[in-house]
Amino acid sequence: MTTIGLSAADIAAGVSGGAFSAEDVAREHLARIKEKDAGIRAFVTVLEEQALAQARAVDAKKKRGEKLGALCGVPVAVKDNILIEGVETTCSSKILKGYVAPYDADVIARLRKADAVFIGKTNLDEFAMGSSTENSAFFKTANPWNKDCVPGGSSGGSAAAVAAGFAPLALGSDTGGSIRQPAALCGAVGLKPTYGAVSRRGLIAFASSLDQIGPITRTAADAALALSVIGGHDPLDSTSSPEFDAGKALEPAPKSFVGLRVGIPKEYFIKGIDPEVEKAVREAIAVFEKLGAKTSEVSLPHSQYAISTYYLIAPSEASSNLARFDGIRYGRRAAEAATLEEVYERSRGEGFGPEVKRRIMLGTYALSSGYYDAYYAKAQRVRTLIKQDFEKAFASVDLLLTPTAPSPAFKFGEKTKDPLSMYLSDVFTIPSNLAGNASISVPCGLTRSGLPIGLQIIADQFQDGRLLAAAAAFERERPFPRLS
Amino acid sequence: MASYEMVVGLEVHAQLATESKLFCSCPTDGFGATPNSRICPVCTGQPGVLPVLNRRAAELAFRAAAALGCRIAPVSIFARKNYFYPDLPKAYQISQYELPFSEHGGLEIRDKEGHTQRVRIHRIHMEEDAGKLLHAVGAEKLDYSLVDFNRAGTPLVEIVSEPDIRSSDEAYAYLTALKEILQYAGVSGCNMEKGEMRCDANVSLRPAGTEKFGTRAEIKNLNSFHNVKLALDYEFARQAEILDSGGRVVQETRLWDAERGATASMRSKEEAHDYRYFPDPDLLPLHADAAWVERVKASVPELPAQRRARLAAEFGLSDYDAEVLTAERALGDFFLEANPERGSAKTLANFITTELQGKLNSENIPIEEIPIKPLQLCSLVGLTNTGIISSKGAKEIFSEMWKTGKDPKELVQELGLAQVSDEGQIKAWIQEALAANPKAAEDLRGGKERAAGSIVGAVMKLSKGKANPALVNRLIKEAVKA
Repeated sequence: MTTIGLSAADIAAGVSGGAFSAEDVAREHLARIKEKDAGIRAFVTVLEEQALAQARAVDAKKKRGEKLGALCGVPVAVKDNILIEGVETTCSSKILKGYVAPYDADVIARLRKADAVFIGKTNLDEFAMGSSTENSAFFKTANPWNKDCVPGGSSGGSAAAVAAGFAPLALGSDTGGSIRQPAALCGAVGLKPTYGAVSRRGLIAFASSLDQIGPITRTAADAALALSVIGGHDPLDSTSSPEFDAGKALEPAPKSFVGLRVGIPKEYFIKGIDPEVEKAVREAIAVFEKLGAKTSEVSLPHSQYAISTYYLIAPSEASSNLARFDGIRYGRRAAEAATLEEVYERSRGEGFGPEVKRRIMLGTYALSSGYYDAYYAKAQRVRTLIKQDFEKAFASVDLLLTPTAPSPAFKFGEKTKDPLSMYLSDVFTIPSNLAGNASISVPCGLTRSGLPIGLQIIADQFQDGRLLAAAAAFERERPFPRLS
Repeated sequence: MASYEMVVGLEVHAQLATESKLFCSCPTDGFGATPNSRICPVCTGQPGVLPVLNRRAAELAFRAAAALGCRIAPVSIFARKNYFYPDLPKAYQISQYELPFSEHGGLEIRDKEGHTQRVRIHRIHMEEDAGKLLHAVGAEKLDYSLVDFNRAGTPLVEIVSEPDIRSSDEAYAYLTALKEILQYAGVSGCNMEKGEMRCDANVSLRPAGTEKFGTRAEIKNLNSFHNVKLALDYEFARQAEILDSGGRVVQETRLWDAERGATASMRSKEEAHDYRYFPDPDLLPLHADAAWVERVKASVPELPAQRRARLAAEFGLSDYDAEVLTAERALGDFFLEANPERGSAKTLANFITTELQGKLNSENIPIEEIPIKPLQLCSLVGLTNTGIISSKGAKEIFSEMWKTGKDPKELVQELGLAQVSDEGQIKAWIQEALAANPKAAEDLRGGKERAAGSIVGAVMKLSKGKANPALVNRLIKEAVKA
């Protein structure tokens, strides 16, 4: 038998039950990567030797009769902006090429403890800035469903790896939709946990108040299993919440939705949304109703300002977060620089790509003296209004249903010339980051041309368990085809 | 030539006396240590690292605010100050900007005549220190620079005064008073040589008797109180000359060059950085719980001004003694722990300010490390006051105590230094001395008191130096009268 295509839960059960070894699992997944990744290019680095060594260690542990972790032997693909000690971490940027992480991210330490196996580091839009993974400084990643199309982004490599069967579980990071949008475009499940549920320590910061690590999987149950491992309070991340109970991620999928109140935000079914996407999402809503959920229209009136707000706050934080890449202590330093100014200008000029530079400039401008109040401070006030919209909505409903992205996967180059059209890819996902809510994208159908469509389910903060249980129930009612 | 008044505000950075850095657990004992031996991913600004506030640093910072009579904010915000420099690992410094944790305090300064005056404190905020650039290795000059991050992330408070200072002497007095308070409160060691205390000065001039402030210059690189005074005097002369010749003072940052004894322009207002301050999204707002603030306030010990007043009132000490005993907290603590009685306090204070202080200075060790306990010193002074030993004997015993830490009563026996105060014995020695020195005895009887010296000397010789001198003097007088 092959373990390719098995869920993370089934692999862990098989390894701990002795149906197959962790080494077999790793070998099969590495072989599939070797065979198929050339056409997809999901990985920046494949950790062949390390993965096999880790897998053998898991098998040895079993042989000694020790208790195995919840993800024993499960191959995990890790977005290349999350640090694994001793492994090159690039953010798909020239400025970090060759940088070897000096420590494990908190999520990596937790996965290690759960006996997971790190199979490789995945491609992303440089510093997680983008919605198509075309901004990677190294290469483009193809959508496994149609290799002429983008996988979405910025966690495009992770979403493609899961869709292509390279790993049942991948880690992504989501600042404005970077887990959910590529998951939707690749027909995977993508969870952005509540802000503060998962430690950000060891995630290379893009926008600290918005970034959140989360899993990309093939099933909602695997997303829940992954969250139960990577979630929980980290005393070394001041924004990590002591409130979040990782154990609660594992709520069983309900048999029916009787008593569940579901809101349909009217601002999320706007003009410009792809008709096939709208149709699939409306059908998904009908599935919820069929299971007994009570649906009602709700309003999130400030959502229309979400993109403008996001494109002030995120670049402002990024302009400061990315200032440390200065060529002094690590990363790229321009060889020819003769003065300190030249070290800065040339290292950063050569090291960063155009989208990263654009955002650093946007953010530097928004924070500068004389403009701060008009831009950054005002955006923070609007952010509060957006948050309050959600609080009001969640006073009367349990979940919100929306499309994840306004369109299915688009062709390479289709939006690269117009940054604004690219930014609109995240119009439905950004509000959850601004509010800090839990949100998930689950596949809800295919277009006539065979491209996946994602349904976004949004829950209030720290309702990740309820969110995942609802996603699992929906998935049971609407099974989604897999790529072979 | 117009007469001008100097207007000065001081910004003092003091290192908080914590064991670890402000946002990571690296030790703060890096002064003089191997470069980059006190560093970790957090304080070198590696990707993905996050700050966690050192609770002890917050406690000490809040205690400083309480000792300086500042209002404490229930909520304060950490902000990022963004600028590029190789000693700044993240290319931003975590500081406080819009909402500092404390504002509106002040302290009393005194001039040489003892007049006191209040200098208000505008604000105090917490921030992390940067690293240090090295431009040479030993004697070898480099054509590049090296960076030592041992200091990076060290916790500091920045204490910003109001422009209430009017002379270089007042600036000196302010710094002295501030240092005393911070040391007393255990907030900072304030050792300028170790970089535990640093000062920048904002100075402007205005015609005497007018209200409106002139244009100020900010003076940096002031590495001692003395240099602050020199730099302010220099700036006064420089700015006065500009104003007298009809010119205008330029708003700028100037560097003090101690070797040349002059300031020089570093950057103008136009070249000033735009630090793009914004709230640090990696840190939550700092909520100061009311009960915690009360505990911190209660932890402020008696401060120097209060202690000086108490030493005068409770023990009848002179201003001079009180001043010396409060110059450093530990010396005054030693005095108080000796538990002096009002009657013997003056002798004890004398002994501490002369013998003990002298020894501390000559051996250059801190009082905490000497083997002598305060109560032992008190007992030594008691032995002198009651005439059991002479003051010469006391000095001998003191130096033995310094070496061995032994009890003075024990040493009196061991060294055989007990005085003979037995009147019968002393009288017998006096008779013997008078008999052996008939000339002196005759002079004495004839009223020549100066002749007593040789009789005292003879008695001391007979008693091997152990006769109680006060008693000998009295009994000689009685003997010649009889």
